[in-house]
Amino acid sequence: MESPVVRVDHLALALNTGEPVIDDISFQIAPGEILGVVGESGSGKSTLALALLGYTRPGVAFRAGTIAVGGESVIGRDTRSLRELRGKVVSYVPQDPGGALNPSMRVGDAILDVLRAHRPQASGDESLTAALARVELHRDRGFDRRYPHQLSGGQQQRVTIAMATVCEPPVAVLDEPTTGLDVLTQDRVLAELLRLRADEHVAMVYVSHDLAVVARMADRILVMYAGRVLEAGPTSTVLEHPQHPYTRALVSAIPDVRQPRALRGIGGVSVGVGDWPPGCPFAPRCEHAQPRCESSLPSLEATAGHHDVRCCRWQELALEQAQETSARTQFGVPSGAALLEVSRLEARYQSQQDDRPAVRDVSFAIEPGECVALVGESGSGKSTIARCIAGLHVPSAGTITFDGRPVKGAARVRPLDVRRRIQIVFQNPYQSLNPRQRVHSSIERPLRILRRLSQDAARHEVDGLLERVRLPARLAERFPGELSGGERQRVAIARALAAKPDLLVCDEVTSALDVSVQAAVLELLQELRVDLHLSMLFITHNLGVVACIADSVLVMDNGSVCETGPVNAVLNAPANDYTRRLLNAAPSLSHERSPVDHPAGLKVTAPVRPL
Amino acid sequence: MKERLRFLRRPSGAIGAAILLFIVAVAVLGPLVAPHSPTQPLGVPLSGPSGASPLGTDYLGRDVLSRLLYGGRSVLGLAAAATILAYVLGLSIGLVAGYTRSLVDPMLMRSVDVMLCFPPLLFLLVLIAGAGSSVAVLIIGVALVQAPQVSRIVRTATLEVSVRGYVEAAVARGERAPAVLVREVLPNILGPVLVDAGLRFTYSILIIASVNFLGLGLQPPNSDWALMIGENRSYLAVNPWAVLAPAAMIAILTIGVNLTGDAVARSLGRSYVPRTVRSVAT
Repeated sequence: MESPVVRVDHLALALNTGEPVIDDISFQIAPGEILGVVGESGSGKSTLALALLGYTRPGVAFRAGTIAVGGESVIGRDTRSLRELRGKVVSYVPQDPGGALNPSMRVGDAILDVLRAHRPQASGDESLTAALARVELHRDRGFDRRYPHQLSGGQQQRVTIAMATVCEPPVAVLDEPTTGLDVLTQDRVLAELLRLRADEHVAMVYVSHDLAVVARMADRILVMYAGRVLEAGPTSTVLEHPQHPYTRALVSAIPDVRQPRALRGIGGVSVGVGDWPPGCPFAPRCEHAQPRCESSLPSLEATAGHHDVRCCRWQELALEQAQETSARTQFGVPSGAALLEVSRLEARYQSQQDDRPAVRDVSFAIEPGECVALVGESGSGKSTIARCIAGLHVPSAGTITFDGRPVKGAARVRPLDVRRRIQIVFQNPYQSLNPRQRVHSSIERPLRILRRLSQDAARHEVDGLLERVRLPARLAERFPGELSGGERQRVAIARALAAKPDLLVCDEVTSALDVSVQAAVLELLQELRVDLHLSMLFITHNLGVVACIADSVLVMDNGSVCETGPVNAVLNAPANDYTRRLLNAAPSLSHERSPVDHPAGLKVTAPVRPL
Repeated sequence: MKERLRFLRRPSGAIGAAILLFIVAVAVLGPLVAPHSPTQPLGVPLSGPSGASPLGTDYLGRDVLSRLLYGGRSVLGLAAAATILAYVLGLSIGLVAGYTRSLVDPMLMRSVDVMLCFPPLLFLLVLIAGAGSSVAVLIIGVALVQAPQVSRIVRTATLEVSVRGYVEAAVARGERAPAVLVREVLPNILGPVLVDAGLRFTYSILIIASVNFLGLGLQPPNSDWALMIGENRSYLAVNPWAVLAPAAMIAILTIGVNLTGDAVARSLGRSYVPRTVRSVAT
C-alpha cells in the first residue's frame, strides 16, 4: 500500500471557551483516494475540512492530535509557513464560488496569483493553459480574460478548481463544491473532479451533506455527527450495510430516483456545539437508544471489512436491519373532475431591460388528492407557474380553472373562497415568516382573514395546527429567528393549512434544508395529503424528491413542458432527451459508476484504515 | 422593552444616549433654571465670564448662559418637526414606490430625482425669499429638502422586503396594500429607517443652524444657538464664549445623535440581517 498523503490522528478542536467542536478524529487518505465526509449542518465537517489547511475559524483552536498532509505537519505552523503549504500541498475549493472569486480580478490572473505564490519561476502562460484545460475551460475561447460575473455558476466553480489544482497539489479539500448548482451542472463538475483524480492522482476530501453525491464520488465515507466520527468505511459497505442508526437514518432520508421509497426523517434537532451529551451524541434522536447509550460514549469499533462504527448496539441492530426499507406507497388517484386545470398558460417576466416569456403554453391538471410535481432547472419557469396559480403573478395568456370555475389572475380580485382553498408554501424558510411577528400571529392571520374567525377562535386553533405539523405548542410564542430552518418551514406549512386549503402549492419547500430535515418535511407533507385529502403541486429541482412524493410529473425546460406523465413512466422510461439528461445527472445511492469513475489501479486500492 | 434598549449596552450607544439626554434636558429645563432673561441686557456688552454671568455677555450685553439655556428648544424643536414631516412624506412615497413597482414607481422616483437636483441650502434660500421667513416655512422647507433622500432609502428597503415569502403570503391572502405595508413591510424596514432618521435629524439641525446663522431663519431677538453664533461671530476675540458655547452645544448634539444612531444600527443588525441560507437553488 502506498503511504498515505493525509494522516489525521486523534484530532480535536475546541472553542476558546472550552466547548469541543471536533473530537478524536483519525483517518488516512492514500494518494488518489477520495474521502467523503458526510454530516448534517453543525456536525463539524467544514471545521474538519478547514483544519486540513491549518485554518480555524475565529474563536476555534486546535486542542489535540496531529494532521500531516503530504508528509508535513499542519498544526503549530505560523501564518507564513502555512501559506507555503496552502495551494502547493493542500488546496481548497469553497462552497460558494461566486463569493470566493475576487470580482475585480480576471480569472486568469486569479489562477496565476496562486501559481506565482508557489512557483515564481514557472512559465505562467503554459501552466495557465494547462490549468484551464484541466477543467475544460479553454483559453482559446478567452476564458482567462473574463471576470467572475461573466461566468456561470458551474464555470465559476471550475475556475476555483483550476485555482486549487494549478500547483498540482497532492491533496484537495472540497467543501460542498456543488451545493447550489443545478443537477446538470453538478454532474459536469463531479465528472470533472473524478477525471482530475484519475489523471492527476489527486487525493480529495469531499465534504457534503448529500449522501447521494458522496456515494458517486468517494471511495470511503466518514459519517460525522456532533464533531465525532460515527461510522467510517468503504463507500459501498457504508451505504449498503450501514451499521450505525444515524447512518441508516441518513440513508433512508435520501430521496432516490432509482429506488423510490417512503422517506423517513430523523426526529429531533441535531446537537449544536456546546450541548454535546455525555454519551452517544445521537442517542437523544435515536429510535434504538437505551439507557446505556446516554451514559457513556461508545468507542469506534471495527466491524468486518475495514468498517468502523461508534455504537454500542451495532451487533444487535445488524440483525434487525433486513426489514427496514419499505417501498413508497403509491396512492390510487380517483380520476374524475380535475380540481385545478391550467390551460395554455403564458406568463412574462418583465423588468426595465427585459420582457420575455418565462412560461409558454403550459397545460396540466391536478385531480383531487393528487400530487403533481413540476421539475426543472433554475430559470425553467417552474416557480412562475406556482406564482400564477397562487395569484402572485398575472399570466399574460391562458386560463386557470379551479374547481370548474375560471379564476382571475391577481389574488386581490379572486373571491375569498378561492384564495382560501389555494395556499402556497415558499422556498426560503428564512424569508417566508415575518421576523417581527411571533409564530402564533403568523398562523392566526389566515384564520382571521380567510376563515373570518374571531381573535379568540383563531388563537385557539393555533395549537392544533402546530401539533398537526408536529411542533410543540410552546413555539407559538417564539419569533422565527429563534427557530431552525426545518421548524420555520413547518410553521409556514401550518400557516398554509390554517386556511383549510384544497390545493397546496409547494415551491421548492425543501431545497434549503438538510437532507434529514427535508425527509421529515416530505414525510409530513405526505401524511397531510392522506389525512386532509390535499392536492399538491410540488415544485422541485430534485428528481429524487419527485420519485418519492409525486403521482405525476411535468418536466420543464426553458419555460415549456417537455415531458409529462405518471411518475413511474417518466422516471423509468423517459421519452424526452432533456428528461433523460436530468435523470442521468441525478445523484443516486445506487449510482452505476462508469469506468472513468474508477480507473484501473485505483479500484483495487485497499481502503485505508483509520488509526 | 429590554430588547429595544439593547443598544445602550454598547459604549457608543450609552455615551450617545447620555449626550442626547443632556441636550434635551438643557432644552426643556434650561428656561426654568436660567438665571437671567435671554432678551434683556444684563450689563456691559461682551464682558468676560464673571460671577453673575458665568459665560459672560454677548454683543448686546445679554447673559450668554441664559441665552444658551433658552436656545436649545428652537434647535431641537425645529429639527424634530422638520425630520418628522420629511419622514411622513418620504415614508409614504418610498413605501408606495417600492411596493407597487408598477408605473407609480418610476413616476415617483423621477420627481424625487428632480428634487435631488437642487442644492439644499439654495432651495431653502429661494423658498424663504419667496414665501418669507417663518417657522412654518423653515420646517416645510427643510422637510422638502430631506424627503427625497428618505423616500429613496425607504423604497430600496421596501423593494427588498416586498419579495419575501411573508409579504407574498399576505398578497396571496388578498390583503389590501395598506395592511400589507403596515403589518408586513414596515416593521421589517424599521432598522435602516431608524438609523437614517438619526442622520436626517442631524442634517436638519445643521441646515436649520446654517439658515439661522445666515440670519434668514429665526430672527433676533430669539435665542437660538445658531443665531447666537451668527450674532457674535464678529466679536470672537472679545468674548469667545458667546460663540464657542453655542457652537459646542450644536457639535455635541450632532455627535450624540450620530453615536446613538450608530449603536441602534449595530444592535439591530443581527436580528435584521437574515442568516445566510446555505443552499438555495431555484
